[in-house]
Amino acid sequence: MKKQKTKEQAQSGISKTCPGPMVFSKGAVISEPGSTMKYKTGNWRTYKPVIERAKCIKCGICWANCPDAAIKKDSDGTFIVDYDYCKGCLICDKLCPVKAISHGVEQK
Amino acid sequence: MAEKEKAEKVVISGADAIACAVKLCRPKVLPMYPITPSTLVPERLSEFVFNGEMKAEMIHVESEHSAASALYGAYATGVRGFTATASQGLALMHEILPIISASRFPAVMAVANRTLSGPLNIWNDHSDAVSERDQGWIQLYCESAQEAFDTTIMAYKIAETERVSLPVMVCIDGFALSHVYEPVQIEGQSKVDAFLPPYKPHNFLDTSDPKTFGAVAFPNSFFEFHEAEEMAMQEALKVIPKVNEEFGKAFGRKYGDGLVELVEMKNAEYALIGMGTLVGTSRVVVEEMRKQGEKVGLIKLKCLRPFPKDEILQACKKLKGLAVIDRHASLGYEGALTIDLKAALKDEKVKVEGFVAGLGGRDIDVKRLRAAVETIMKGEKGYWLK
Ligand code: SF4
Ligand code: SF4
Repeated sequence: MKKQKTKEQAQSGISKTCPGPMVFSKGAVISEPGSTMKYKTGNWRTYKPVIERAKCIKCGICWANCPDAAIKKDSDGTFIVDYDYCKGCLICDKLCPVKAISHGVEQK
Repeated sequence: MAEKEKAEKVVISGADAIACAVKLCRPKVLPMYPITPSTLVPERLSEFVFNGEMKAEMIHVESEHSAASALYGAYATGVRGFTATASQGLALMHEILPIISASRFPAVMAVANRTLSGPLNIWNDHSDAVSERDQGWIQLYCESAQEAFDTTIMAYKIAETERVSLPVMVCIDGFALSHVYEPVQIEGQSKVDAFLPPYKPHNFLDTSDPKTFGAVAFPNSFFEFHEAEEMAMQEALKVIPKVNEEFGKAFGRKYGDGLVELVEMKNAEYALIGMGTLVGTSRVVVEEMRKQGEKVGLIKLKCLRPFPKDEILQACKKLKGLAVIDRHASLGYEGALTIDLKAALKDEKVKVEGFVAGLGGRDIDVKRLRAAVETIMKGEKGYWLK
């Protein structure tokens, strides 16, 4: 079935925040499987954790404990936050043994 | 057994009539959980399947919740399905009903209307179906076994019309129609096949074209899906009369304009309105009172949802009084039908009075209905027609 955006959707700019499943198909059926991958949930965040690369000892504790699998390993082995999915729970901040992680309030 | 090509007239119950119609509509999946007074429907259907007269999968589910869920499942695989229920059974399906309609599955279900317990009571009123009127299902009410047969066939056609794509409940009064034997014209298979072509699903589970069913809709889209359902309901108001006409051409029977039927309404000053079998009794009241020179008419409401507001307005424009017979009470206010009619007729001069009647199988006889008409003729208030 061909997917079409409705007029309301085009006007409201809904697709900007929700690019993936935001297609008004008949019966709410999504004809493109795996579309959830496009749905970024990072904008639910209130607090924003920031890893200070120089301090990180690459222990991986934040990576192992992030409930949203939102910490990734960078090419040089340091850990970085995937802000597309981080919910700002700050568990990583609490657990980092060398206090490489700090946080502030997300600016929206 | 060979398919019956010729039409035949038989004496069967309202529930049997529905089962015979369902057989002719060729559903592939029948999830069933029998409950009084709808039990005759699955009983007959299981006989048809057992005898080889019907090629369908009958699923003996463990509850009505599962029956509705399996009906959803059947439609998700892209085939026609059917189930029947009543009362607490329909209430147990409540959770699944809006999921079927929002999925735009054109399912058909028979409801042998029975009150909701408690106290425990197995007899007829409309509390079960009327309580589900907001769930995106088209609701059609029947007066006779023949109408139950015909409405079931029309229901599939209405539901499957592309611009409708909504499920339909075919409602028959428990016992008063489900168990009452009447002559019914059973149509031949080829004629029904010509009227109702094979089902073409718009979406179904298909490994060669995978899709996601049952995805979440966030606040920024949920509203639009419901809006689409409402638009489909408005389309149904146009499609139902069309299907009624087509049915009339094909089989020689139709029911008013498919939404309402008007009896002696041309010069009527006062009228009764109701749904289901009480319409039959009302016909007698109208006939009697007409003979006595009273200008009394009758509106049979066949379709409760979508609500045929324009047809009602047209019919009631010249009335002085309208007596609404509700086989249901929205406790704490009035009968649901009365509420709808008062809203629809708010700008008209007609005085609308509600009469709650027939709860839990209490008779609605000529005497009671006549009393309702006389009440509005005197300009008095509606009451519970005990
Ligand atoms: S704040 Fe929470 S969600 Fe975000 S990266 Fe840290 S542990 Fe993961
Ligand atoms: S817990 Fe701290 S030190 Fe360990 S990997 Fe994460 S940021 Fe680096």
